[in-house]
Amino acid sequence: MREFGYQRADDVIGAVALLAADPDARFLGGGTNLVDLMKTGVERPARLVDVRELPLDTIEETADGGLRIGATVTNSDLAAHPDVRRRYPALAQAVLAGAPGQLRNMATVGGNLLQRTRCGYFTDLSTPCNKRAPGSGCSAITGEHHNHAVLGASEHCVAVHPSDMGVALAAFDAVVGYETLNGPGELPLADFYLPVGDTPHRETALPPGALITGVTLPPAPVAARSRYRKVRERASYAFAIGSVAAALDVEDGVVREARLAFGAVASRPWRARAAEAVLTGAPADGDTFAAAADAELAAARPLPDNGYKVTLMRNLVVAVLTELAEETPR
Amino acid sequence: MTTATTGRAALKGVVGTPHTRVEGRDKVTGAARYAGEIPFADLAHGWLVLSTVARGRIRAIDTEPVLALPGVLAVLHHGNAPRVDTDYIGLLGMPPDPTAAVFQQDRVHHVGWPVALVVAETPEQAREAAEALVVAYDEEPHDTALTTGHPGAHPAGGVMPGETAKGDLEAGLAASAVVVDEEYTTPEEHHSMMEPHAATARWDGGRLEVVDSNQGTTWIQGELASMFSLDASAVRVRSEHIGGGFGSKGLRAHQVAAVMAATELQRPVRVVMTRRQMFSLAGYRSPTLQRVRLGADADGRLLALEHRSLNQTSTVHEFVEPSAGVARVMYDADAHHTANEVAPLDVPSPTFMRAPGEAPGSFAIESALDELAERAGIDPIALRLRNEPEVGPVSGLPFSSRNLDACFREGARRFGWAERDPRPGRRREGRWLLGTGTAAASFHAGAGPSTAVVTAQADGGFTVRIAAADIGTGARTALTLVAADALEVAPDRVRVRIGDSDFGPAMIAGGSMGTRSWAWAIRLAARELRERLALGTTIPPEGITVRSDTTEALGTLAQKERHSFGAQFAEVAVDTATGEVRVRRMLGIFAAGRIVNPLTARNQLVGGMVWGISMALHEEAVRDRTSGALYAPDLAGYHVATNADVGDIQADWVEDPDPDDPVGIKGVGEIGIVGAAAAVANAVWHATGVRHRSLPIRPDRVLSASVPAAGGDPHA
Repeated sequence: MREFGYQRADDVIGAVALLAADPDARFLGGGTNLVDLMKTGVERPARLVDVRELPLDTIEETADGGLRIGATVTNSDLAAHPDVRRRYPALAQAVLAGAPGQLRNMATVGGNLLQRTRCGYFTDLSTPCNKRAPGSGCSAITGEHHNHAVLGASEHCVAVHPSDMGVALAAFDAVVGYETLNGPGELPLADFYLPVGDTPHRETALPPGALITGVTLPPAPVAARSRYRKVRERASYAFAIGSVAAALDVEDGVVREARLAFGAVASRPWRARAAEAVLTGAPADGDTFAAAADAELAAARPLPDNGYKVTLMRNLVVAVLTELAEETPR
Repeated sequence: MTTATTGRAALKGVVGTPHTRVEGRDKVTGAARYAGEIPFADLAHGWLVLSTVARGRIRAIDTEPVLALPGVLAVLHHGNAPRVDTDYIGLLGMPPDPTAAVFQQDRVHHVGWPVALVVAETPEQAREAAEALVVAYDEEPHDTALTTGHPGAHPAGGVMPGETAKGDLEAGLAASAVVVDEEYTTPEEHHSMMEPHAATARWDGGRLEVVDSNQGTTWIQGELASMFSLDASAVRVRSEHIGGGFGSKGLRAHQVAAVMAATELQRPVRVVMTRRQMFSLAGYRSPTLQRVRLGADADGRLLALEHRSLNQTSTVHEFVEPSAGVARVMYDADAHHTANEVAPLDVPSPTFMRAPGEAPGSFAIESALDELAERAGIDPIALRLRNEPEVGPVSGLPFSSRNLDACFREGARRFGWAERDPRPGRRREGRWLLGTGTAAASFHAGAGPSTAVVTAQADGGFTVRIAAADIGTGARTALTLVAADALEVAPDRVRVRIGDSDFGPAMIAGGSMGTRSWAWAIRLAARELRERLALGTTIPPEGITVRSDTTEALGTLAQKERHSFGAQFAEVAVDTATGEVRVRRMLGIFAAGRIVNPLTARNQLVGGMVWGISMALHEEAVRDRTSGALYAPDLAGYHVATNADVGDIQADWVEDPDPDDPVGIKGVGEIGIVGAAAAVANAVWHATGVRHRSLPIRPDRVLSASVPAAGGDPHA
């Protein structure tokens, strides 16, 4: 087998220092994605710095009434947390919609944000892929792409981000906290993932060597009435072909505030701000919901075999917002 | 010494009573060892290297750097491997697939063609070296796309005639009041059993021993003996526990490569396939392109029937997926034409998989029957019963038994078919449209020659030895019941030993014929033994042994149409806004001979129906035309049904003992999948009013199909 070093970090600064000492090292969280990629040879780290035992496994209320979620909180613990379930239900639903229980017991919040695309060309070393081998080309654009991106992609890459959790975090304005040798920093999730452009291999704005320490959710009363719906090609054990995280605050039949994010349509969890702009202040009815979806999807650039995603997302947005509106006490 | 008797209180009738698997405890506790985990002293490990190009020639293999890596013992390839013989006909009446006869040529015939075996002290060393091996190819243009009217397509036989024809088809269609003329397609499907292929080969005192996971030890023994020019008695193949086969576990590259390496190195060598390697080396079901034309009078009586099916094969081996064979058994018409065609492409060789022919063929013709029922305004069950043939539509032979009507009547009663509103798109529950569908099923019932050895022991127990294979079906348990029944003793006094070619020639676990073939041989030997013991013989310390061989008995069987039958029912929910399809209920009622063990038989039938759901909604391997390789060939990318995809599912049977079988068995291995995908697809039509003629019925295909408003009649 290909040999690699393994070291368990005792504290955050120590972990960052260990990684900085070896440019070919990778942080290891639950290993549910990285280890698979090592088996197929997509990732060949010289050393793994295990951060799963770091004391970053708590979920705490922030001073302003938001939540701070440690980077090593497992997906299982996140989905089961009473404050998450009550105040951000779409987040708990999104986590539970992903992976089986065994993987959720291992997978961490920090690792979830950094998981790689499941594009079949990315994981097949014998085929061109600009994300894996920059400059080699994109096999998906002329090949199999029925589950590839319709928003925000480029001629260099049409892969989608696989996370369910990230879609709910995007809807709720999450901020990612990290640590570097030069001190801590933060990135709003909206700025965390880089545009695809001609550098699909560069996926995040994290400084080199940075370790994600946690995610902060600002207070968002609207999130208490939220929902995550995921469509996939079998009832379980599959990544989304389209998903929606939505929150809706309706008063007297008018939308006061709305949050909307899409999954499985872009290289990152896709915050649907154009749709939110249409929703805010408009009547909470099917026409508004459809117009909101259309406003967001006007930017869609489908390929020959994934045009159905535009229909799917429009239908999902209308269905989920309609459900949320109908649940509003009158 | 014991006075010979089979027991004071003679027991009868354990065949037909439920019995948990005799090896169940070993399996759930991990005590049962599978081929890849049986320890051997001095074991070396081989790792297969597969081609990355779809067609061409190996220009060079740079073995030197790899031989210098830690632990590496050898690199076998076409330049140094032993020559093998492929000019023979195997047990199944077919020549070997040259893909399994590894390293005999410098040509590459598909992506994933085996080009080398790296052998090392540990599997990790072998894998690292295999991945480091540089192979240079002269690449040639390839063709991996099966298309209607492919220039290479030609009629082909295989296990049955390629074409049958009687009557004037065009005249029959012209005279018909109702006509269906549609094309149906099924995709490339892979067996995806849990246990990957694994084999260990070693030489033991001039005798070759192979410990393997296969569907027939004497089958593999014969293939290896022929290929390596050995006497069959010089080859022993063992395969005790098998984690699923579904048709894929025959002779494959791993066994042959292991034997070559064990011969070269003179030490035991194990070769295990990875899941990804299985997608190019383990066989698969070819995609099919089918056309069905049906013509009927106003009462739905068929006047004309045509079923044509095209499948792909490799350029080195012809395998026919005989989908057009279904109508040769199921439906008659004065004008009756069927044809199976194949087109060779630069792809791996397809093989037997879960009801070869019947599974994809029944999807097409049972969908077409549903369309005919719709257009003629006749209930789908009534239409089928109205077209029950008296004799084989092509052969003219009588049926040994044909209880399809009993299956439909019992199934309709239990499923609540009478309350069904035949109009599509009428039932809604929240976001779901609901619909029900049905389809008929049939599968050939046969038996192959087998030998068995039954021994009465001095301690009062009995041992049965037969080269049977339990690929997860419960065969070992069923054979225990058959032996106990024939000996008229309690099952716990019988020990059945299987999976060893030293036990003598026997049928494979395949074609739904395993248990019937083996039970026949065991019963023959057991009854003779019982007669000898009834004379009051004293059992010596070495026991009393009786051998049987069914070759002669099988040869005297009258020529008849011999089949199992079944009726499948499905209820689905479809969300036309998202394209999601969920199977809420499934019921299968079968006439499949005498049921030996209701527990494991139900397990097999339900398992087949689950594969039918999987075929209808999930399974599809997609080939990239540019590379010629499969897209995402692993169990994350290739979807099989999960537990969450299966709603309330039930299988049951009607009385249907085979009159010509000593135990009354027909076989339940494959009929569970037959018709299941059509029942689901017909239910999707009933829910939505939209026909899906291409499997699987994925959400994008449901979304892309034009959906009439609920309650609308698309043919009004």
